[in-house]
Amino acid sequence: MFPEVVLSGAASGIQGPLLFLERSLRVGLNEAVEVLGADGVPRPGRVAALDESRMVVEVLEPTQDLGLAGTRLRFHGKPLQFGVGPGLQGRIFDGVGRPLDGGPPLAIVEERPIAGLAINPTARALPTDFIETGVTAIDLLNSLVRGQKLPVFSGGGLPHARICIEIAQHARLLKQPEAGFSIVFAGIGVSHTAAEQFRSAMQHSGALSHTALFLNLASDSSTQRLLTPRFALTAAEYLAFTEGRHVLVILTDMTNYCESLREVSSSHGEIPGRKGYPGYLYSDLATLYERAGRIRGLPGSLTQLPVLTMPGDDISHPIPDLTGYITEGQMVLDRQLDRHGIYPPIAVLPSLSRLMDQGTGAGYTHEDHPALAAQLYAAYARANQVRVLASVVGEEGLPANDRLYLAFGNEFESQLIRQQEPRTLDESMQIGWRLLGRLPHEDLSRLSDAQLARYLKPADTTHA
Amino acid sequence: MADSGQAVIVALDGPVVRARSPVPFSINEAVEVGDKGLLGEVLRISGEVIVVQVYEDTAGLQVGDRVQGTGQPLSVQLGPWLLGGIFDGLLRPLNDATSAYVHPGRVQRKPQQFHFQPRLQADAGVHGGSVLGDITSPQAKKQLLLAPPQVQGKLVMLAPAGDYPDDEILCKVRQADGGELGIAMTQSWPVRIPRPAAQRLAAHAPLLTGQRLIDVLFPVARGSSAAMPGGFGTGKTILQQSIAKWCDADVIVYVGCGERGNEMAEVLEQFPQIEDPRSHRPLLERSVIIANTSNMPVAAREASIYTGVTVAEYFRDQGLHVALMADSTSRWAEALRELGGRLGELPAEGGYPAYLGSRQAEFYERAALVRTLSGLTGSVTLIGAVSPPGGDFSEPVTLHTQRNVRCFWPLDRDRARARFYPAINPLQAYSDDAASMIGWWQQQGAAEFASQRRRQLELLEEQAHLARMVRIVGKDALPASQQLTLLCADLVNDAFLRQSAYSKIDCFASPQRQIAMLQLLDHFILRARQVLASGADMGHIEHLPVLRRVRRMGEEISEAALPEFKQLQDQIDAEFAELQARSVSTEEAGVS
Ligand SMILES: Nc1ncnc2c1ncn2[C@@H]1O[C@H](COP(=O)(O)OP(=O)(O)OP(=O)(O)O)[C@@H](O)[C@H]1O
Ligand SMILES: [Mg+2]
Repeated sequence: MFPEVVLSGAASGIQGPLLFLERSLRVGLNEAVEVLGADGVPRPGRVAALDESRMVVEVLEPTQDLGLAGTRLRFHGKPLQFGVGPGLQGRIFDGVGRPLDGGPPLAIVEERPIAGLAINPTARALPTDFIETGVTAIDLLNSLVRGQKLPVFSGGGLPHARICIEIAQHARLLKQPEAGFSIVFAGIGVSHTAAEQFRSAMQHSGALSHTALFLNLASDSSTQRLLTPRFALTAAEYLAFTEGRHVLVILTDMTNYCESLREVSSSHGEIPGRKGYPGYLYSDLATLYERAGRIRGLPGSLTQLPVLTMPGDDISHPIPDLTGYITEGQMVLDRQLDRHGIYPPIAVLPSLSRLMDQGTGAGYTHEDHPALAAQLYAAYARANQVRVLASVVGEEGLPANDRLYLAFGNEFESQLIRQQEPRTLDESMQIGWRLLGRLPHEDLSRLSDAQLARYLKPADTTHA
Repeated sequence: MADSGQAVIVALDGPVVRARSPVPFSINEAVEVGDKGLLGEVLRISGEVIVVQVYEDTAGLQVGDRVQGTGQPLSVQLGPWLLGGIFDGLLRPLNDATSAYVHPGRVQRKPQQFHFQPRLQADAGVHGGSVLGDITSPQAKKQLLLAPPQVQGKLVMLAPAGDYPDDEILCKVRQADGGELGIAMTQSWPVRIPRPAAQRLAAHAPLLTGQRLIDVLFPVARGSSAAMPGGFGTGKTILQQSIAKWCDADVIVYVGCGERGNEMAEVLEQFPQIEDPRSHRPLLERSVIIANTSNMPVAAREASIYTGVTVAEYFRDQGLHVALMADSTSRWAEALRELGGRLGELPAEGGYPAYLGSRQAEFYERAALVRTLSGLTGSVTLIGAVSPPGGDFSEPVTLHTQRNVRCFWPLDRDRARARFYPAINPLQAYSDDAASMIGWWQQQGAAEFASQRRRQLELLEEQAHLARMVRIVGKDALPASQQLTLLCADLVNDAFLRQSAYSKIDCFASPQRQIAMLQLLDHFILRARQVLASGADMGHIEHLPVLRRVRRMGEEISEAALPEFKQLQDQIDAEFAELQARSVSTEEAGVS
């Protein structure tokens, strides 16, 4: 194709991550370049804009030590790529796919553009295989299926890391419990401690051998953060669709990613949108999240579990908001539940799994699973309304029926949501039926008579 | 049209390309950019420089690459093959692809064979809309071959009945100016220009959606427009899909604009399997799916909305009733914003270009019930989803949309969180079509439709009012009549408005079933009021065993079992009669 070309002495300006150059050769938009400073260290970059006389290169690592004089550019004539091949698992890479673990270089069988291509919607296979995570709030109420993208909306200090680790360790298919997942973990601007916590947990459970880690640490360049999820997803796609594995990708923390995008966008002088984030934040995030899924005729799957911290615990902040508009549901962690010692502190009302209906019920989990979940939701929503009332008129001022709901709400949180150990779906369902049994049966309009008869003791008609 | 010119790229910025050309281009001219022939459209001309918006990924384009004009405004191909197909934002087929991924560049559609049966004879006079013949195929409903709108002249050739590829010329018309025009089944039309009709007609019949909350409370007429704004996860897509599945339109155009790939896959998987309740044919045969998912190029999102409505008008012109779902129009608006920013336009409210409002108005104006050029009656009903940032309805896209549509169906976050679907908030929703639909319902046998509908709306309103009181004094402190109001309003919600899209029985309700449920509920309400007034105890009414049956009637009484509503009504009567007897006897006991 294009021979490698080196260009020197063309730099005319540096501004934040942007390098302005005289354009003296033909290059394509979005092509990869290596920017070599006087120190000779290559920094990845891409061609961001072009006109007849100039070009703008976005440098994806700190530009501190770059000067106009000594800077050279090496052009490859192709977009940024990641060389993938067997042996990805069990390895640790930096944020741009360079081995960090001192191991040998990867045996590369294929160079893939990290931007990926959009999956043709007609080639997608619908995700329908229920994944048992061991977490009741997920399995019973917001089921995850293979090929879904289900983010965790968290907040500073909440135990999202622990939840992700437990899911990564426990996740299995209900129908083939022995078939586990390959894990791809992308740490995006995470602390060294957080990265190490994940690594050692996976090592401890023996899962490290089928885990690939990509680490962009908090101390690494923030522009590089834009690449880390793309490298990780490129690896995941290879594992899923070339090697035929079931891959679970954990992307944490997407808030750091979005901050970097804002930073780079503002350095381009783009008109900022809400809260200073670029207007294309939605489309940009979609190019990451939409890489989850299954493809017809191929055995593997790519399931995503992105984690983000909601700035100010605000779910309407652009980052969780736009994420929620792209992903197939969300798990929302709640500070109040956490303070009350409830682990996992998953607030089920704002949480949702949109693919639940495709992967639960007869033929998938249990024929009464969807109705049970719907009834639990309706009752818990009512319990929350009663709580609001109780906070005004006092618990004593409530009708007897409402007091039942108040008690139900508390048990729901302390017995169903809270858990010490992973549970099977059956165990979760049993707790659900038990809690519903305390409510007046005539209220349980989401359950059929047959379901009432099957799971609940005969109604205690204690009303006058 | 000008000769198609050639230009050379001088600057590249995302999907916006600037090129210099010695020959003139025209505004909105379609162009092919670079070696791969990426599709683009000329947005601006200043001197020798043209500004082009490219509808595909521009990675790899270089300064110096060529831009080739086509001499045509940005247009789409329209033909009988549209039904049952899935296309990208510019109507290029997605299901012919050999790869699992979408690759940028030219895509050629392979012509298909259809049976043609002529209706006219040579020498006949033809004008725009003249019916030249019938087109049939085993996989799609019957369609018409019409003379394109601008035609005026005499037929000089008409192919005999037979099977033809869709791009073969089947007739020739000698135009008034002496020129000859060949007409094939596949024709081209510029997407940004509405197709003409003879006359706009006043709406008089509903587009039945099978969703009670819509059909009874906030109906949308055939040829009207509706919008459903709602935060993420409130149920826009499921509602759009439900309407697409069950509404009584002849043709559905489903535009996935900047949304999820899996949702399109879902439509593709389900529609061939679901039977249209009216024609008993697979739903896919009446559907055209346009998919421009969120990870596909942004510029094509902008075009996909126009593409969709052009397709809808194409079927309308054949005398069909068409419903178009656009999910989500906010992504279209955002595409306008992004392109506006790259063109250096001054942003107005929310960063959107100042022409956002007029673009939306133009789009929704294309919803209409018309007499077509052929003298047939057809309609296009537009139903758009809106995705407001943060779920806040005071943002520009929602506000502009609200001004332009006749039906407003806002989705409520709290209802959705309690898994109460469809989550349309009945206190904020409205329909300008409601009044003119009452006559239609009366013709279906719902003599009391207007008052029954009004009673439901009143109950919902009173409920909101009383809920505030309850928060202060507690429910037990309310007088019995108000407690009954709360119970009845709860029933309206739980027994009538709630309708799960996933229920085998209740995902769809025919007008007859809707009427039966409406009347049954109304009967309960009126009886309960009488019985309470005659001295019955509110506590007893609240615990009537029949209540559970009423709450579950949507789930339990199917279309095939409508007589069961009568039995349920008998049960209501029996239980109330017993209550009344009891209250009378306790009263007597108290007196004696
Ligand atoms: N009518 C309905 N019946 C049953 N479930 C529903 C209904 N509407 C919505 N849901 C549930 O809510 C979930 C979210 O709905 P949907 O995907 O339509 O939301 P949305 O408003 O389109 O969100 P977004 O803006 O993010 O696309 C669905 O996956 C489904 O579980
Ligand atoms: Mg949606």
